[in-house]
Amino acid sequence: MDISVFQTIWFVLWGVLWAVYFMLDGFVLGTGFISGFLAKNDTEKRVLINTVGPVWDGNEVWLVTAGGATFAAFPTTYALMFSNLYSALLLLLFSLIVRGVSFEFRGKLESAAWKGAWDKAIIVFSFLPALLFGVAFGNIFKGIPMKNDFAAINFTYDGTLIGLLNPYGLVTGVLFVLLFAVHGSLYAAIKTTGDLSKRAAALANKLWLPLLVVAVVFLGYTYPATKLYGNFLKAPVLLIIPVIAVVSLLLVKLFAAKGECYKAFTFSCLTIVFVVFTGVTGLFPNLIPSSIDPASNLTIFNSSSSLLTLQIMTVVALIFVPTVIAYKIWVYRIFRAPVSNEDVLGSHDAY
Amino acid sequence: MDVLTLSQLQFAATGMFHWIFVPLTLGLSILTAWMETKYVTTGDEMWLRMTKFWGKLFLINFALGVVTGITMEFQFGMNWSEYSRYVGDIFGAPLAIEATFAFFLESVFIGVWIFGWNKVSKKAHLTAIWLASVATNISALIILLANAWMQKPVGYVLRNNRAEMENFLTVLLNPYGWIKFTHTLLSGYALAAFLIMGVSAWHLLRNNENDFFKRSFKLAAVWAFVASLGVALTGDFHAVEIAKTQPTKFAAMESQWETKRGVGMNLLILPNVAQECNSVEALCVPNALSMLAFHDPNAEIKGLKDFPKELRPMVTPTFLSFRLMVGLGSFMILASLVAIFLSRRQNLEQQRWFLTLMVFAIPAPYLAEQFGWLVAELGRQPWIVYGVLKTADAVSKSISTTQVALSLLGFTVLYGLLGAIDIFLLIKYAKKGPDKNISTIINVQGRA
Ligand code: HDD
Ligand code: HEM
Ligand code: HEM
Repeated sequence: MDISVFQTIWFVLWGVLWAVYFMLDGFVLGTGFISGFLAKNDTEKRVLINTVGPVWDGNEVWLVTAGGATFAAFPTTYALMFSNLYSALLLLLFSLIVRGVSFEFRGKLESAAWKGAWDKAIIVFSFLPALLFGVAFGNIFKGIPMKNDFAAINFTYDGTLIGLLNPYGLVTGVLFVLLFAVHGSLYAAIKTTGDLSKRAAALANKLWLPLLVVAVVFLGYTYPATKLYGNFLKAPVLLIIPVIAVVSLLLVKLFAAKGECYKAFTFSCLTIVFVVFTGVTGLFPNLIPSSIDPASNLTIFNSSSSLLTLQIMTVVALIFVPTVIAYKIWVYRIFRAPVSNEDVLGSHDAY
Repeated sequence: MDVLTLSQLQFAATGMFHWIFVPLTLGLSILTAWMETKYVTTGDEMWLRMTKFWGKLFLINFALGVVTGITMEFQFGMNWSEYSRYVGDIFGAPLAIEATFAFFLESVFIGVWIFGWNKVSKKAHLTAIWLASVATNISALIILLANAWMQKPVGYVLRNNRAEMENFLTVLLNPYGWIKFTHTLLSGYALAAFLIMGVSAWHLLRNNENDFFKRSFKLAAVWAFVASLGVALTGDFHAVEIAKTQPTKFAAMESQWETKRGVGMNLLILPNVAQECNSVEALCVPNALSMLAFHDPNAEIKGLKDFPKELRPMVTPTFLSFRLMVGLGSFMILASLVAIFLSRRQNLEQQRWFLTLMVFAIPAPYLAEQFGWLVAELGRQPWIVYGVLKTADAVSKSISTTQVALSLLGFTVLYGLLGAIDIFLLIKYAKKGPDKNISTIINVQGRA
């Protein structure tokens, strides 16, 4: 098979890895930063943390995999994306580090000040990644100011951290924050019991309208701000992807309003996945476009690994990705029961 | 300072920090799995309490291992983008395989282990810890194969302005990597065993839970001895391999300036870099170095003077780190041997001088671990991929001194804080001792 087949396979996998990562860490981040509004006392905070306790690390590994897959399949993109966006990624990294340890550390000392500090850390450092990922992807959709001469191996970038905070980047950032907030509230609603669960469901209902508004703004603004619609105009059948995203978003409300949070959550998973697919489909065959010079776009063709490496990685992905999905489903089933106040109060092992 | 120096400092700082937590994870995960196996096969509750107590320390340590690992993954692209572009075709694959294969298993089944005590059967719970710890060990293998490729590049061709994969199997079977793996793994087991002995000794000195800590000590003493011996043995293989593949590193490790045949080993050396000689050389064991490096008493050893100055690594730190690692390793073999003998006696808690020594020995393997990486990485300089790519050519071009200075500052502050908290918690929970209240644990297991 021709190398372009494998390049395309890895482009699809690249999109899938990001989509699954946002779907899974989306509810962990969301639950994290809404915990400030939702939980009324220490026990409820512990309940919320313990709903994500068994799964947060496994969900974060999708990010590690997305990073690793970019490195292995599109090394030039990995190199330029990470170094060009240095400061933004650093903030992201610091946030993920603090968020991860706060789950583990919070319950280790019986002191109100200690717990209060980690509670704040969970809120702030769950919120920041949601925003930063949105801003980063907004800028990727839009293109970043880089000039790449592939033949002479000469790459330059003249963007800044502040430059990433342009209106389109910010709209995408807010979109991600609201997507994750609704997603996290629905997760909290199905994974807790009693009053806490009711309040979580109510929050999801309340946040849905702002989400819809921002989603509409995003879809509209994408037309002048990016070239994402080009592929959809060329092959209108692809429009099915954004249509699924929008329909899922509407169904979220339909079910959330009826109190069927499990179904609402399923559709918010679909919403997130298809929002990412929409963006990625619009990018193809670019991974990261340049905003100043089309010849400098990082594409699957000019930034990929050799045919051999792509083939090896395809075999690896075919074996391991389905295996991972299988045992993850098994684990989610083990922990499917909601977490109650009694569960965390009676346990030595819970966070 | 320039972007290169700052990036080197940052990589060294974040790597060495990651490496405070990794070896304990490697060793303690297996030891915890071993204890739980004993519990499941014998039904003896003491083993369950041991699993819980040592497992708690394992988890506190594990958290920082995880979050500092993500930094490592990102930094190749952030600070070393020329490196990533140039060798990504080969180097990226192991990183991606490590994530899909090992990290998923590890993180998912750790979750099952922590939260699954009353949700899955005893056997499934035991399987979870074994899966997690084996996956941890496999993740070490894969990342070390990647690192070994930088030490001894194999299975590649230079093509299209970069290094491209030619034979993946050769990369996977790189002997350098397998030696590195066994050496590193065993060093992690030794470290964990010394930690268990040290903490047990602390409690035994206070006559707290003597049965519990004697049993822990006894188990750890055997692991520590076998592992330390293995570390020394594989360390010797390492040196032999380096003498063949990285003559500049070998010469720096031994502070050998002149090329000679039948070289002896001086037990005392003080390198003098300015004069390109050693100011002190004493207690020579004749022909030992030739013997060690090539298993031939008359073999020729290349001296540093045979290489241009700009291709030599920093001699003094490489040399000192190597000597200190070997010294600490020798101490560990002796100490664990004594520990085995004393732990077989009934009156271990009365061996106060030895128990005190073992408490203070906890840092020894930690230091040896850090020195080990210093030898491996400093000794490879100025190359980032030995003989293929210089570190100076590997650094990112689009980042500024200010950016890296700020990020280095950020890492120092953040890691300093988190490290202090983590070590504080480890000490707190180590001192607290095992849970007295076993009944809740049994209840929960009873449901299985
Ligand atoms: C010999 C072992 C070894 C070495 C040399 C390294 N690591 Fe590490 N790493 C581990 C052994 C390990 C581990 C023991 O498997 C950890 C520690 C705690 C854990 O969860 O896994 C880990 C965690 C860990 C994680 C977090 C995984 C998760 O979220 O669960 C990442 C992303 C990395 N590492 C990446 C790296 C990179 C890119 C390295 C090279 C520069 C590196 N590690 C050096
Ligand atoms: C986790 C344990 C590790 C530690 C403590 C460590 C330590 C170090 C140190 C001290 C340097 C600095 C050399 C200098 O300043 O000139 C260095 C360089 C480097 N190491 Fe490692 N290393 C570790 C693991 C790895 C691994 C596993 C890899 C590859 C997978 C790696 C890749 C590199 C690279 C790319 C450099 C070059 C950058 C530089 O020179 O600073 N290191 N490392
Ligand atoms: C007792 C005799 C020992 C010998 C002869 C020995 C030898 C070596 C050598 C030659 C290297 C360099 C490998 C390279 O450049 O790639 C090395 C690395 C290393 N050593 Fe040792 N070592 C000994 C003891 C120890 C001990 C006690 C520990 C820790 C408990 C340790 C931990 C390490 C680590 C973590 C590395 C870096 C990883 C690697 O390259 O394998 N070593 N050792």
